[in-house]
Amino acid sequence: MRWLINVLLFVFLLVVMALWVMLPWYAAIVLTVLLAAWLLLTRRGRQALSVANVGISTLGQRLGSTAVIVVGIAGVVGVLVALLSMAEGYAETLRKTGGTDTAIVMRGASASEVASVLDRDSVTLIQQAPGIARNDKGEPIASNELVVAANLPIKGGGPDEAGSVQLRGVSEQTWTVRPQVKIIAGKRFTPGLRELVVGRGAAKQFAGLEPGQEVRLGTQKWTIAGVFASGDAMESEIWGDASVVADTYRRGSSRASVTVRLADPQAFEAFKTALESNPQLKVDVSTTLAYFSKQSEGVTKVLRVIGITVGAIMAIGAMFGALNTMFAAVAARAREIATLRAIGFPGLPVVVAVMLETMLLALIGGVIGGLVAYLIFNGYGASTMAAGSVGKLSFELRVSPDLLWTGLKWALAIGFIGGLFPAMRAARLPVTTALREL
Amino acid sequence: MGKLIEIRDLSKVYERGKQKVEVLHHIDLDVDEGDFLALMGPSGSGKTTLLNLIGGLDLPSGGSISVGGQRIDQLGAGALAKWRAAKVGFVFQFYNLMPMLSAQRNVELPLLLTKLSAAERKKRASVALQLVGLADRATHKPTELSGGQQQRVSIARAIVSDPALLVCDEPTGDLDRQSAEDVLGLLRALNRDHGKTVVMVTHDPKAAEYANHTVHLDKGSLVEQVAAV
Amino acid sequence: MKYLHLIWASLFRRKTRTVLTLVSIIAAFLLFGLLDAVRTSFTQAGQSANGAARLQSGSKLSFIQTLPKSLLGQIERVDGVKAVTHANWFGGAYQDPHNQVFSFAVAPNYLDLYPEVVVSEAERKAFAETRTGALIGERLAQKYGWKVGDHVPLQSQIFPDKTGSKNWQFDIVGIMHSSDKKTGGFYDQMFLLNWKYFDDTTPYNQGSVGWYVTRVVDVNQADRVAKAIDALSANSDHETRTQTEQAATASWMKQLADIGLIVGSIMGAVFFTLLLLSGNTMMQAVRERTSEIAVLKTIGFSGRSVLAMVLAESVLLLVLGGVVGLALATVVIPAISAGSGGMLNLPSVGAGSWVLGLVLMALIGFAVGALPAWNAMRLNIVDALAGR
Repeated sequence: MRWLINVLLFVFLLVVMALWVMLPWYAAIVLTVLLAAWLLLTRRGRQALSVANVGISTLGQRLGSTAVIVVGIAGVVGVLVALLSMAEGYAETLRKTGGTDTAIVMRGASASEVASVLDRDSVTLIQQAPGIARNDKGEPIASNELVVAANLPIKGGGPDEAGSVQLRGVSEQTWTVRPQVKIIAGKRFTPGLRELVVGRGAAKQFAGLEPGQEVRLGTQKWTIAGVFASGDAMESEIWGDASVVADTYRRGSSRASVTVRLADPQAFEAFKTALESNPQLKVDVSTTLAYFSKQSEGVTKVLRVIGITVGAIMAIGAMFGALNTMFAAVAARAREIATLRAIGFPGLPVVVAVMLETMLLALIGGVIGGLVAYLIFNGYGASTMAAGSVGKLSFELRVSPDLLWTGLKWALAIGFIGGLFPAMRAARLPVTTALREL
Repeated sequence: MGKLIEIRDLSKVYERGKQKVEVLHHIDLDVDEGDFLALMGPSGSGKTTLLNLIGGLDLPSGGSISVGGQRIDQLGAGALAKWRAAKVGFVFQFYNLMPMLSAQRNVELPLLLTKLSAAERKKRASVALQLVGLADRATHKPTELSGGQQQRVSIARAIVSDPALLVCDEPTGDLDRQSAEDVLGLLRALNRDHGKTVVMVTHDPKAAEYANHTVHLDKGSLVEQVAAV
Repeated sequence: MKYLHLIWASLFRRKTRTVLTLVSIIAAFLLFGLLDAVRTSFTQAGQSANGAARLQSGSKLSFIQTLPKSLLGQIERVDGVKAVTHANWFGGAYQDPHNQVFSFAVAPNYLDLYPEVVVSEAERKAFAETRTGALIGERLAQKYGWKVGDHVPLQSQIFPDKTGSKNWQFDIVGIMHSSDKKTGGFYDQMFLLNWKYFDDTTPYNQGSVGWYVTRVVDVNQADRVAKAIDALSANSDHETRTQTEQAATASWMKQLADIGLIVGSIMGAVFFTLLLLSGNTMMQAVRERTSEIAVLKTIGFSGRSVLAMVLAESVLLLVLGGVVGLALATVVIPAISAGSGGMLNLPSVGAGSWVLGLVLMALIGFAVGALPAWNAMRLNIVDALAGR
């Protein structure tokens, strides 16, 4: 019979967990308010509160076991949030790179810019499509660009250690198409010369990318004219004049993509239809937002899966730690609990009290874990070979409020389960045995 | 019979925080080999302290104790442990058996300190259990035994390495009348038939009747020595 | 050891508590097994004996730049070179541009330099003789259900044929098996096509080569030969960069992520919480057994032996949980690899991980048991018996 109840309890737990996982933060506020109301206003609730008070007031005496729950859960939340923040930061960096008011055109069926090749005629046709914004001179704000890889020595690496960075050959228009790109050191490169502007992220990773310095691309020397910042994936690139880059890489007049500024976001559909229905072109058109978001999908998914897997295993460890501690706590206070029951307290307040205590500790652990993760990891620079590009993408880890809320939910879930079974044990304690125990 | 225990001018002082409490004052006591001595006195009289010193569980603050010719007050902690293993068996009021070991394993414990093989240890433990009349309970855990049975297992453990001296602290304090009598009878048999010297602390005059001699302590000093009739 | 029984019994004195602690330890070492497997796969990738004897020569400019075919003859003549082959990145995808297939257009003697890739003689011959022939790794075959004799269309993301279409047609003529799963799991996912077919069909290659692979006669001469090969194209418009395969893979992996740091940090957090948890358990356990420890001392067990017993108990606790956790990882990892349908190919828990794991178990066991053991050793018999 007891066994059956335990099984039913377990099933009930799973259902509650499933619902809990999907809970948005404002729903939790509502639940908390309801709980507080029950605790303060109903008789059973007040009983539970008084029992809980006794337990909580003695927490200081049981510092060791209290620490086990708090630190254990803080660890889970900290690691979970840190790992997920990698996914968040990565996805965010790529997402920010695009917008709904710019579109990118590549050769049809290209997975990314690197794989796309557009010849000169195609480029000209693309720039004549409707919906492109125009500048004061009436020219379309469109930048035809070339994307290749360059090997540069890694900062702080061995003498022979080189990494790959994405080199983008851009046109004059690129600065207008991408107004978020700003020069923060030096100046723009001079068209026609072997000059580069380097992204802030690239400058951090590779050696010698400072204004005035020279780097070797193949057999040729290029000068760094300046450093730019844009707060997105472009910062991991280095830029040069498209025609000079094409020359070095023997690409002639072909380009990889055309990025345009749309007259307004609504113009996209017309722009897209015009290009895709043109029989002389085989191109794919998408907003830059859509393009970059898609690029991040694969890696983001992998990072999230890793984060959740690691978090789940740690959560199991922490949960059993909590179970252990709370079982011991309940055993230690068996006499008090039995006395209460003998006096006439029904089972429910005792159960609620034990759970309140556990979840309070879990909450503290969750907050600490989230805080530590935020302080250490938010804004922490990381980099990896990005999907869809040929260079290392620098990004910053991002501990978003959403993430912290997820961490807190996990903490409370662990506390809930970790407290439930000991609470049930406390409620079912045979009163006479407990009173006899020394 | 010669003297097994010679105690001269024995004192013990405890420090509780800043206070010094003299629990035993200049005790002189002799115990013959093969004697059964009862130590009696009101609570706080120092009888347990005296017993602990005789058993080598503690060191005196002054004076000397010689057991079997060995000046145990001059031994260090490590040497005392070795001495205890070979020369003394202890019986406590609350049995103090290991709850997770069977009776057999509990009795074997002192033998783990020797170089005997597992088979030898098992045999000796069986002999000891047989002696106390619990051979059929060898595989039971303490929770499955009554108070009296547990105490007898504890006695079996005390004698398994064949020590000359048995030190007992209120061995019947936690037992009912019948079990108490069984245990005391066992102690007397060990003394009379096996020549073990027994020193027993008790507050129960009926228990003291099983002894050959009784010594009274009050406020840390010996009051009188009375021989059994 | 004759004390084992006593130590074991002490450990399981409170079954529930010990079992719950064990589960936490198992979870921690399961995680360790998984993460260390990933870490070793990164550090071991390409670290085979064969890999040490192979050199990769690519364009110094960037890895997407090609090299002239004329270099083949030149490299062959360099002193210390046993054999040379070449390959081009084909950039294949199956059905959807995002379903990447690791495909290479290779020279006829390519497999000669990769003895760890096992293909039957008949299938090799078929590959050499069939223009559109393709050899595929067994995992790749599994993933898409391809068999020998199948006619398979592949898109190239980079190279169209002369009509401008990116759809290429291939005939599967053989399946490749990797003889060393640990370092060569990669080969199971390859798709090899003939370089001649590739070069003839697309107008964009123009006889160029993606990279050269050279096998050296003597592994110890690898560096010298590499430098000699690079000297061939120094100051030309196709400068090369030659490294051992090991070095090339290692630097690629490093770019992917600093796996060592990530794994180390996670495990640091995990083991810290584990220390706290098991430490608490042991402290409680010893505190409850004060009178039992006192009795052991009265019987004659020295302070040192009591210390040793408590330490043994905590190490035993850690080893029990740790071994079960690592064993679980050994079972779980192949399950994950199988379940991912060939997408993930994780190596199982290797000897190195076991050794590291055991060392960690011992260290943590000692750390966890140190204080309780010390307390047990210093226990005052008289006070403990009196209940103070």
